[in-house]
Amino acid sequence: MLKIKDLHAGVEGKEILKGINLEIKSGEIHAIMGPNGSGKTTLSSVIAGREDFEVTEGSMTLDGENLMELEPDERAHKGVFMSFQHPIAIPGVTTTNFIKTAINAKRKALGFDEMPAAEMLKKIREKAELLGLDRSFLSRSLNDGFSGGEKKRNEIFQMAMLEPKLAILDETDSGLDIDALKTVANGVNTLKTKDNAILVITHYQRLLDYIIPDYVHVLSDGKIVKTGGKELALELEEKGYEWIK
Amino acid sequence: MAKKYTENELEQDLKNKEYEYGFYTEIETEKFPPGLNENVVRAISKKKNEPEWMTDWRLEAFRAWEKMEEPDWANITYEKPDFQAISYYAAPKKKPELESLDQVDPELLETFKKLGISIDEQKRLSGVAMDIVMDSVSVATTFKETLDEHGIIFCSISEAIQKHPELVKKYIGSVVPRTDNFYAALNSAVFSDGSFCYIPKGVKCPVELSTYFRINEAGTGQFERTLLIADEGAYVSYLEGCTAPQRDENQLHAAVVEIIVHDDAEIKYSTVQNWYPGDHKGEGGVYNFVTKRGIAHKNAKLSWTQVETGSAVTWKYPSCILKGDNSVGEFYSIAVTNNYQQADTGTKMLHLGKNTKSTIISKGISAGKSQNSYRGLVRVSKNADNVRNFSQCDSLLMGNECGAHTFPYLETKNPSAQIEHEATTSKIGEDQLFYCNQRGIDTEKAIALIVNGFSKEVLNKLPMEFAVEAQKLLEISLEGSVG
Repeated sequence: MLKIKDLHAGVEGKEILKGINLEIKSGEIHAIMGPNGSGKTTLSSVIAGREDFEVTEGSMTLDGENLMELEPDERAHKGVFMSFQHPIAIPGVTTTNFIKTAINAKRKALGFDEMPAAEMLKKIREKAELLGLDRSFLSRSLNDGFSGGEKKRNEIFQMAMLEPKLAILDETDSGLDIDALKTVANGVNTLKTKDNAILVITHYQRLLDYIIPDYVHVLSDGKIVKTGGKELALELEEKGYEWIK
Repeated sequence: MAKKYTENELEQDLKNKEYEYGFYTEIETEKFPPGLNENVVRAISKKKNEPEWMTDWRLEAFRAWEKMEEPDWANITYEKPDFQAISYYAAPKKKPELESLDQVDPELLETFKKLGISIDEQKRLSGVAMDIVMDSVSVATTFKETLDEHGIIFCSISEAIQKHPELVKKYIGSVVPRTDNFYAALNSAVFSDGSFCYIPKGVKCPVELSTYFRINEAGTGQFERTLLIADEGAYVSYLEGCTAPQRDENQLHAAVVEIIVHDDAEIKYSTVQNWYPGDHKGEGGVYNFVTKRGIAHKNAKLSWTQVETGSAVTWKYPSCILKGDNSVGEFYSIAVTNNYQQADTGTKMLHLGKNTKSTIISKGISAGKSQNSYRGLVRVSKNADNVRNFSQCDSLLMGNECGAHTFPYLETKNPSAQIEHEATTSKIGEDQLFYCNQRGIDTEKAIALIVNGFSKEVLNKLPMEFAVEAQKLLEISLEGSVG
């Protein structure tokens, strides 16, 4: 699915990623852990296509297609989804309207007609229930005045609606209490199939108690310095990032 | 890596957006040579076969205008028009009969098709009676019969002067006096046509009344005069929508709208204004200097809703004189400026009666190098007890070169007044656009979504079919063709 080879990227001439190699196959969950400033957010942003970051070297493909030639919205159409660490508010635009627009934009790009209203409503109801969101929440302006937990649940709700091939969860656990964390993790696990993949980016291992990764990678100073199974996360938690360096 | 899409490029895209309604209808017109003096005023009046009192009324306005100076307090800069270089009268030569659309000039129908507002469709779908004003003379009126049944008068002001002189005489200039301001005086002297509407006592107008104005002849100013009266207990929702073809030279527009809302009556006045805003270099475009004012008597309600996307320069303050006790005034506004457009717009709420209430919701959207100002006055007079006002002014900026300004004025002489004012300024940021992009929404659509969300409280106040058109206009005014 996702293949990243020798990826170098940075911002305003400063190199942050210094040769990342990563391969994620369908049906897998990968976790990237690392201390602040190790390049976690840069990596997720580069995969999603954020314009502030410049790729200087390396390659990145999704199902063999060169991601770097695609605009962020085109990557989304191909199935890349990112759950934002800090979701953005759009006042006056309801969550329902936003997700409807997003789904139909994707369908249009893939050559399908708009989703019929009845189907859309049914899907919204189902997925909202999965994330424990009540209907009134969906008619509020997107992320406008939402609590930290509401924002994160809303991100996973959008993921559920869009059914991405590759979902990147960027610091999804930050700002979540334990109940919200469980709800979100449960939602993610329900959405997991053998055909999609998840990349969890996190500072702490606690989310990985609920979303169990197949692989854990440790990112340090722009490079993956260690890869292991889920037990690596626990070891890191115990010994701290200093242990890796 | 994906192409870097910066705010600068966003601005560039916005600049490149051509005026989509820039076409020109070739209908034969009869036109006065440029220039203005008493003889021209007399000639206009004669052309329209007006009674003597009307001619005299115009002449007095002209004499007052001659002694007046153009106001310069607004936050706008422009080259003052040469009033002697303007032609003050243009009328389509062919005057079709008004009974059926078949008799309307096919060119005109074509124009409406281009605008996506074919009269046929409007008639069929929305039950809207249309009084279409093209270059100052009304050429089509529909739904006349329905209106007649209710005793509603809805016609051009020229026709009203002929057929209902007592009403025109009673009300014209009663809310906006001829000497009110420079442009109102000019309009009073030379107005060519406009709409007249009278709703009799106790009648709720069963259809929304709609007028489309167009400026269609190069070099002619347009001086519309509108007079709406709702008698006691009456109700009407009135829509005015405007587009204009693309012109290189500046066109002057100085309209006057007067509204009288009698006891227990209600008038909703909605307008979409999309005149040619000039090109991305700031050349051309309509100068829009408009005086709109209404008076609300006891328990009456007057509501202004405007969507302003066009014109190079806009100077416009739809106002409410809340004269009667318990009367209500509302002003809902969306003003979009792009490129070099300048808008100085807002309202005046003049509270004279007791327990009068007013609401002001203003949404300003600025892009390009444009300047967008809200200017609003809330005045509470000494005897107006228990007045309430709520004002909210929000500005949305796109890019770094535009400006948003808010000039709220508050004068209260009665301590019982409760007045609230809120103001916010926000910016469409790369963060918002990226968030939308990441969800598969392209930048153009994302801007439309954000702008519509921002404007929602006002869009919701528009009648349904108008709201759809207004949304389209917002998109046309702001979207770039993102490559």
